[in-house]
Amino acid sequence: MKKNSLKILKKYFCFICLLSALCILGFNFASAKIITVCSDCEIKTIKEALALSLDGDVIVIKEGYYKENNLLVDKSIKITGENKVVIDLEFVNQGFVIKKENVTVSNLEIRNINVNYIQDLSAIRVEYTRGCTIENNKIYNSFFAVYLAESKDCIIRNNIIKGDAKSESSSGNGIHLWNCSNILIEKNETSGHRDGIYLEFLKNSKLNGNYSHNNLRYGMHFMFSDSNAYTKNVFRENGAGVAVMYTKYTEMRENRFEDNWGPASYGILMKDISNSIIMRNTFYKNTTAVYLEGSDMLQITANNFIENGWAMKILGNSLNNTIISNNFEGNTFDVSSNSTRNENVYQWNYWDKYEGYDMNKDDIGDVSYRPVSLYSMLIEKIPESIILLRSLITDILDVTEKVLPVFIPETLVDNSPRMIKYKYD
Amino acid sequence: MIEIKNLNKYYGKFHVLKNLDLNLEKGEIVALMGPNGSGKTTLMKSILGLVIPDKGEIKVNQISVKNNSSYRKIIGYMPQIANYPENLKVSELFKLIRDIRGGDDSPDKELIADFRIEEIYNKNFGQLSGGYKQRVTAAIAFMHKPSLLILDEPTSSLDPLSSEIMKSKILKEKKESNLIFVSSHIASEVELIADRIIYMLEGKIILNTLIKNIKNGATEFKLGKALKDLIDMKIKEKND
Amino acid sequence: MIKKIFKYVVFELIRSRIVWAYAVFLLLSTLGLFYLGQNSSKTVISILNIILFIIPLVSIIFGTIHLYNSKEFIEFLLTQPVDRKTVYWSEYFGLACVFSFVFTICTGIPVLIFNFSFTSIYLITSGIILTFVFISLAFLSSVINNDKVKGIGLSIILWLYFAIIFDGLIMSVFYLFRDYPLEKIIIFLTSLNPVDLSRVMVILQTDVSAMMGFSGATIQNYMGSFTGKVYAFAILILWILIPSYISYKIFSRKNF
Repeated sequence: MKKNSLKILKKYFCFICLLSALCILGFNFASAKIITVCSDCEIKTIKEALALSLDGDVIVIKEGYYKENNLLVDKSIKITGENKVVIDLEFVNQGFVIKKENVTVSNLEIRNINVNYIQDLSAIRVEYTRGCTIENNKIYNSFFAVYLAESKDCIIRNNIIKGDAKSESSSGNGIHLWNCSNILIEKNETSGHRDGIYLEFLKNSKLNGNYSHNNLRYGMHFMFSDSNAYTKNVFRENGAGVAVMYTKYTEMRENRFEDNWGPASYGILMKDISNSIIMRNTFYKNTTAVYLEGSDMLQITANNFIENGWAMKILGNSLNNTIISNNFEGNTFDVSSNSTRNENVYQWNYWDKYEGYDMNKDDIGDVSYRPVSLYSMLIEKIPESIILLRSLITDILDVTEKVLPVFIPETLVDNSPRMIKYKYD
Repeated sequence: MIEIKNLNKYYGKFHVLKNLDLNLEKGEIVALMGPNGSGKTTLMKSILGLVIPDKGEIKVNQISVKNNSSYRKIIGYMPQIANYPENLKVSELFKLIRDIRGGDDSPDKELIADFRIEEIYNKNFGQLSGGYKQRVTAAIAFMHKPSLLILDEPTSSLDPLSSEIMKSKILKEKKESNLIFVSSHIASEVELIADRIIYMLEGKIILNTLIKNIKNGATEFKLGKALKDLIDMKIKEKND
Repeated sequence: MIKKIFKYVVFELIRSRIVWAYAVFLLLSTLGLFYLGQNSSKTVISILNIILFIIPLVSIIFGTIHLYNSKEFIEFLLTQPVDRKTVYWSEYFGLACVFSFVFTICTGIPVLIFNFSFTSIYLITSGIILTFVFISLAFLSSVINNDKVKGIGLSIILWLYFAIIFDGLIMSVFYLFRDYPLEKIIIFLTSLNPVDLSRVMVILQTDVSAMMGFSGATIQNYMGSFTGKVYAFAILILWILIPSYISYKIFSRKNF
């Protein structure tokens, strides 16, 4: 009897289980539907699909050309395109406005976003939410492209964002984040905007393998964005390079800053940055590779500075930075400073202009190296004297200063300059 | 052939040629004598156009030398010191002169023979000894059969052999149609070759006479001595 | 007639050891710089330094020495039926052409082979122009000094002035008037020195110009424009014409 009842109980349990499983499955089938949009379909516009959709639905947009705008997403849905889906905003309003958590937008091509001086119109805008994914989209001719405000736990990945910026005042940013946290921005390509990537009040986020190039102003611009990591990004040919400000605990590793060349261009301009690590990056052909203003406690280690105008410009208010084991090669000026005092440490760097010797063969030069030239200091004081660049008088000046140092800060010196170049990358 | 009227030349404050008048006719060898600094070279250079006079007129064959170069076609000149480009061959120097003056390209065999310069004809000028340099210079002066020859101390830096060659060449060139104008320090030499003697002192010509007039038929004659007497006399006259 | 004498001046010069030494030096340093430097456009800038330093020096010093050594020859030529104009310009073009030729062969052609660019063309043009300018100055200093030592001395001073002292003066001007806008004055000041003018013109062609910052941008706007280039070129040509014409005038009235 006991045995029997147990058996019955078991069977009953199994039945319940099966039933509930069926129920759940059945319920799911009923509620999480796929909505297909195409010109021949029942649902012809994305707007309709959005209106019909419920949380958990998937909207599949078939190949085609859709002239729509102002697409409000207020349900947790996936929106994805099949083959080539073009959404043309025709310079009216904005594209997707996501106001619900867990929304995915992928495989779409969004075009022609209006330039607006009051509203930051964008192709995809995410507001006050979490868990969004914006992936594999192409956004052309955008004012702002991907815009996240007050959101977290999002992924922005593999998007190609191409603007047509003509002037700084009439253009927006490629990827624009404001007051967000825990975002992964990965493998995107941004170009032709005012700033390729713009971050303000971003926390605990990662930017990996992005390529930001040919933007009018900055390839990347961030402010008040602590504790983020930037790895393997490439910033090339941006009007003014990369500028980062008012930020702590940043890690920048293995990025490339290239060809940011112009009267006011920087590989990276750092203003009020502290407690950060800049390691294993390559700075190649920038007017000024690294510019430090009011920045403290930076570890600038194992970077390549190659063929820049100025490898480093360090203003006198930057203290306690360590510049260690970098390669300086082919730069017109290695280090320049506006101050006759120095509070930073230079050590074990390779300087191609170093002319000392190494008697004990430990790869460390026996004579210390002064990376600041008198002429570069003069330029800091009187910018016009750049007109004398490459003239004999400047060489004479520098040689004299080397023999009889008077003006160059006495402590700005690498006491153990490396004899041979480090092999990074 | 040469007419000089009222020629004046200053080097700074230094009055080198003072109101100088001179006429020289062809068919003579004229020796120009005088102490250093008396203006001999300046006079010659004025005729050649190397020195530009401050006042006065010089005519060569009725042509004024001022702002003119064509009158020099008939002039052969041998400077005191010869220094041509070191890396040009003697033959090229000759060619250069021919290029400037026109004429055929073949070397003047007689000239080369006269100055005995066969063996150095293809050498660079810089490699030559002083004597040979001077002989080449002389050869160039004589090259175009000039009707006016101006020779500035032609024998002063020559070895005895070259000196003899030079003298015999000068005598050989003496023709009715030629004027040879030689400056020299050496009285015996002048006596031997010259017909006329011009003596300069402090920028003035104080004596211009045929040598035979000084000789006055005397058999035992020393030009040097005779000159000294004459010049002493002239200076005395002037002072009185 | 100029052609005839010019030919022999050239003959003489191309056989001169100094000219050969100059050629070898230019060739070795050009090739050496290309061989050592990995980046050929940077190398062009290093070659610019040679051009701005060596060409004026060699042109003016050797030019002056050559003229003193040719004193008797020039005197002799003047006793021939040629006018002073012919002799002067034959000597002038002989020297300037031989030096420009040596430079074009030994530096110009290698530069064009390794780095065919606008910068290189500017570089070679300014090398040739500077040769002519400093040969003109060599004539000037030898024609106004009968004494060889004085003439060479003056040439060295002229070179020092254009290569170094002038820039030192510019630097002091900048320092004294650092509170005033200096861009326009810079353009005027560089016109007073052919070496500076050539340097600025070449640098404006290279990407180094971006380093000139905002004050450089003004200069770039002016000197980099077509009018600016024509202006610079005209000024450089004046730097050739004025000294050579003045020395010609002196030469034609000179007593030898």
